[in-house]
Formats: sequence, structure tokens, C-alpha cells
Amino acid sequence: MDDTAIGLWGVPLAIFAGAIRVSTPFIFVSLGETITERSGRINLGLEGTLVFGAMTAYAVAVMSGSPWLGVLAAMATGAIFGAVHGWICKWPKVNDIAIGIAMMQFGLGLAFFLGKPFIQPAAPHLPAIPLGFWSSLPQIQAALSINVLFILGAMLAFALRWAFKNTRVGLILRVVGDSTDAARAMGVNPDRVRLMATAVGGSLAAIGGAYLSLYYPGSWNERISSGQGLMAVALVIFARWNPIGCFLAALLFGGAGALGPALQSVGVTEGYYLFYAAPYVLTLVIMIITSSPTRSLAGAPGALSLTK
Amino acid sequence: MTVQANDPAISVASEKPASLRPTLEWIARRAEPIVIGLAAIVIGLALFSLFILAIGKSPAMLFQLMYTGGFGSWFSVQNSLSRAAPLLLTALCVALPARLGLVIIGGEGAVVLGGVAAAAMALPLVGSAPVFLTFILMAIAAMLVGGVWIGLAGFLRHYRGVNETISSLLLSYIAIALMNQFVEGPLRDPASLNKPSTKPLPQDYMLGHIPGMDVHWGLVIGVVACIVSWVLIEVTSYGFAARIAGGNVRAAQIQGLPVGRLIAGFTAIAGSFAGLAGMIEVTAVQGSANASLAAGYGYTGILVAFLARHNPLAIIPVAILLGGINAAGGLIQRRMGLPDATVLVLQGTLFIVILFCETFYGRFKIFNPDLWKRSE
Repeated sequence: MDDTAIGLWGVPLAIFAGAIRVSTPFIFVSLGETITERSGRINLGLEGTLVFGAMTAYAVAVMSGSPWLGVLAAMATGAIFGAVHGWICKWPKVNDIAIGIAMMQFGLGLAFFLGKPFIQPAAPHLPAIPLGFWSSLPQIQAALSINVLFILGAMLAFALRWAFKNTRVGLILRVVGDSTDAARAMGVNPDRVRLMATAVGGSLAAIGGAYLSLYYPGSWNERISSGQGLMAVALVIFARWNPIGCFLAALLFGGAGALGPALQSVGVTEGYYLFYAAPYVLTLVIMIITSSPTRSLAGAPGALSLTK
Repeated sequence: MTVQANDPAISVASEKPASLRPTLEWIARRAEPIVIGLAAIVIGLALFSLFILAIGKSPAMLFQLMYTGGFGSWFSVQNSLSRAAPLLLTALCVALPARLGLVIIGGEGAVVLGGVAAAAMALPLVGSAPVFLTFILMAIAAMLVGGVWIGLAGFLRHYRGVNETISSLLLSYIAIALMNQFVEGPLRDPASLNKPSTKPLPQDYMLGHIPGMDVHWGLVIGVVACIVSWVLIEVTSYGFAARIAGGNVRAAQIQGLPVGRLIAGFTAIAGSFAGLAGMIEVTAVQGSANASLAAGYGYTGILVAFLARHNPLAIIPVAILLGGINAAGGLIQRRMGLPDATVLVLQGTLFIVILFCETFYGRFKIFNPDLWKRSE
């Protein structure tokens, strides 16, 4: 155990570092999904949007040499995916959950199709801020090297929380999500609000994808996402449609996801694959504990099909 | 379920002979899903053609290859049928709960665990138990594990209010992690180096081919399962109760129907079919349980079920069609230099268009005999 400079302390440190590294895509996807679900619609296709965003960001970064241009391009494609979902779902009798699954398959297929030539070349990475400069230990330096997108995501969570409560746009979004009829009575077009909310949600999810391909793990391949886009949907329920709750829940998920690699790094390899299941088990357990068969979830938008 | 309009007033108002009218109505009502479904497929293929044109390839050549690779020769037909076998079962895993209004998308997990359970059951028995008995025990183990896995999603839905779409998907990821643990750990064959798997089954413990064909028995099992499911839904009182519960849960509860048991039971049956698909993959194709079990049959099954509008008999032709598209994938890849994800893009496009076309049901007068009179 003593071949690492800080011994067993490496485990909590690795989990902490992992929580920050792994949580960033969760933060963006779940914030995007929160906006969409607050408008009364659910987008299960964000998994496809995330992977397509990862591919777009990587491809654009390879070709242009700028990772930030990659992030912007990913946001644009994410918004298109979201808008398509939103447009299809505005028609009567169209099931938004099923369309989400279909958009997920389409997004994954298209990303694998167009992304084939980009598996080999290396793209420039997004920058990180070295907050661990005060320490001489490489583990601490690595753990505190925090990516800019993580910080942006944290700020976005607080900004959204404020916007939902205090802005006109936030109010319209909440009204549309709680009652389609009330929104119509206010003179708001619910379909248009939902279309825009889904597009914004998609573009945020695509940022999560850009983070995966441009920072951690930092390359593009077909196994880049292991369900982050879908787990984010469960995470939004757990966080009760509250942006700050999303941020904290994402950190928790990131920590759970980092458990396996952290234990492996100190020599615990028994049940290695079971640790991979930790975030999914955690999500499921939380959903079982927090759901109820008799009443709808506290804080759930009234028009949301998922909780009915 | 159809309304028989034998009302003399309608017959008199119609200019058509009274004896012909019920037949026309019968045709009109049944034509709607077929016409709209086919139109959706045509639109989907047209959109996909635009995509192929946009990347500078010929759609005509692609469809030609798709036909050749899927159904153009006896060899390719048999290949398509083999690939349809697991899809029949995984589509049932979606279609049965759908009749209760549940969207289950985690069939992949039941496939994977069913395969592992079958292998784990068979390996200690190889050499000591008769082959036939081993097959029965493998099927029971696979169906039991698959049934518990998807049944859990149904159980949680009813008794805890957990959304079944998400829980089944989480269970599917957990199942894949469990399979990796089993295959890398306690069940690993030391001889499998790069691709960890369980010990291979001896040749006589493999599911054979249907006599005279190069298609394994999984196809027959799948078709039988579809027919049994159709009878369960359309003929038995359980199926009737399930359809009522799917239409309106409260009405079903007021009628005293055991909604909870129906949901748990139907999801368990659905999961046991997916588990059986895993056993067939192990005993007919792979010969051992390994990571190849997670080949996406669970996800393609979702598409098949929606395409068939959750009708178990309609699943049979749709699964063969999708099996054919999958079978043609390799040929398209080699001849046109397209990535293997081409088939995924096509499937995604079809899936979206088909779901979108749900919006057209009930919109056309021609399919609704009740509205005919007014137009005349």
C-alpha cells in the first residue's frame, strides 16, 4: 500500500477528484433536462444528444484546433436535436417517452456513423485550472486540477435556480410545466415554450458530451458514454427538479462512479465490475426510497408525463 | 371489440348494398394500421435516402444491397430468420407490458442475465445429465432470472410508483455489470484470454438447426412465444383485464381487477421471454456466455414492438424485416464502404417516423366507418 506517497488517504482523495471529474457531464445533462421537464416535457433522447455532442465537439476541435469552437458546435447540434424532439412531440398522440428512446437510437447511430474517421486523430483538450499548486504531492495536484466546464456548470446551477424563481422566463416555464390550460389562459403558447425548453436542454446536454470527448476521458470512441444521459433523467427526479439539487446529486453520482477505479488504484480488485454498477444501484435505490405509489412527487411539474 | 353497425338507418342511408357494408367496414378498420405503418416506412426510407445522397452515395444501390443481403437468396433469407429469432422474444418483452401502459426498455439486461443463468445452469450438468433435461433446466433458469429482473421493474412501478422506463434501464446497466463480474470472476474459463467467457458448451448441448434449414430452433421458440402471447392478450380473461388496466388504471381498480398482480405478472412473463432470448444466444450462437450477449437485441426489440403496435402476431413479420436489415448491414459495409452504424441510423430514422405517424391515427375519414355517412 505504501508505494503511493499518501497511502490509503488516496482513496477518499481519488473519490473526491473523481466526483469532480465524473460529475461534470451529469451536471450539464441534468440541468438541461431540468429545464425541459420544468416545461412539462421529458426528453429521454439526451443520451443520444450527449454522444452526438461528444462526437461533434471532438471533430470540430480536431479540424479547427480550438476546443471551445468544438463546445459551441456541440451546443448547436444539441439544440437542433432538442428542437426536433420538441417539434415532433407537439403533435397529438405522440408519446414523448417513446420519441425520446427513438431519438436516442438515432443520435447514437448518427454519431457512430459520422464519427468513424475521428477515432484516431487527437484533439486539443479543454483547459483545467490547477488549484493544487500549493501542494508538492502529485496526487493532490491532479485531484485539484479542475476543468473550466465544471466551474461553469456549478455557476449555471445557481443561475438557473435564481432564474426559475425571479425572472419572467422562469415563471412562464413553470406555468407551462404545471398546467397547459393555465399557460393558454395567460396568452402563452405552450408548444413554443416547450420547443425552446427542449432545444436549450439539448444544447446543455451536448456540452456534457463535449466535456467527455475533450477533457475526461478525453477521446472519441463509441463507448464514450455509459448511460450518463439517461441516468441524468433519474437524477433530475432525485433532485426534485431543483438545479442546485442537480448539482449536488451529480457530485454524488460522480463519487459513486469513481469508487471502483479509486479502490482499484490501492489494490482492491475484488468485485471490480460490481463497483461499475454502483451509480446505477445508487440511482435505483434513491428512486425506490423517494417515490410513492399514492401521491405524485413533491415539486414535480403538473404536466409532466413521467410522474403521472 | 369492433362496433358492428347493423343499424338499418345507416344501411339505408348508404348507397352501397347493405350486405357489402359490414365487409367494407371490417376492411377499413383493419387497413388503418397497415396503411399508416407502410406509409411511415416509405417516408422513413425516403428520409434515409436523402441522408445517403447527402454523403454522396447511391440510395438505389443501398436498397438493392439491402434486399440482396436480407432476402435476395435462400442463404440470406435463412440468415435474416436466424437474426429475427432473438428479436421476436425481446420485442415481446416490450409489447406485453405496453398493453398495460408500461414502457419497458431494459430488455437487454434480461437477455444478458438469461444467457449467464443458462450457462451457469448447464456447465455443472454437462456430461452427467441428459441433454434434453439440461435444455429444460437452462430454459427455466433463464426465464426465471429474466422474469424476476423485468418483473422487478413492474413491481416497483405498482407498489412504489417508480417510473418503469428508467428503472428497467438502470436494471439493464446493473445486469451488464453483473454479467461482466460473473464472466470475469467465478464463471471465467481460464482458456478464454482476450475475450473472457464461460466454458464453452459441448457441441451436443448446442441448440440444433431446424431440419432442412440453416436456421436454429430459436426461431420456432420465438414464433411459438408470439402466438402464446397473442392468445394470452386477445383470448384469455387475463389479457382482457390487462388491456382494461392499460386503458384506465382507476376504472380497472374500481372494477376490482388485481392491477398490481397483473402488472407484476405481465412484466415477469415479458422478462422471461427476454431471458429465453439470452439462453438461445448462448446455446445456438455463442456457445458460451460472454460480453457478446449485450449485442443490442434488447434495443432493437423496442423498435420491433413499436413498429408492430404491440401486437404479438404483427411482431413476427416485423422482426423478420428488421432481422433482414441487420443481416444486410455487413454487405452494405463491404460493398459501399459505409460504416457499420448505417443500419443504426436507418433504424433510428424509421423508429422516429413511425412514432411520429401515430399522430395520423383517427384523422382520416376513410378508415372510420362511423364518419362515412356524413361525407356522402
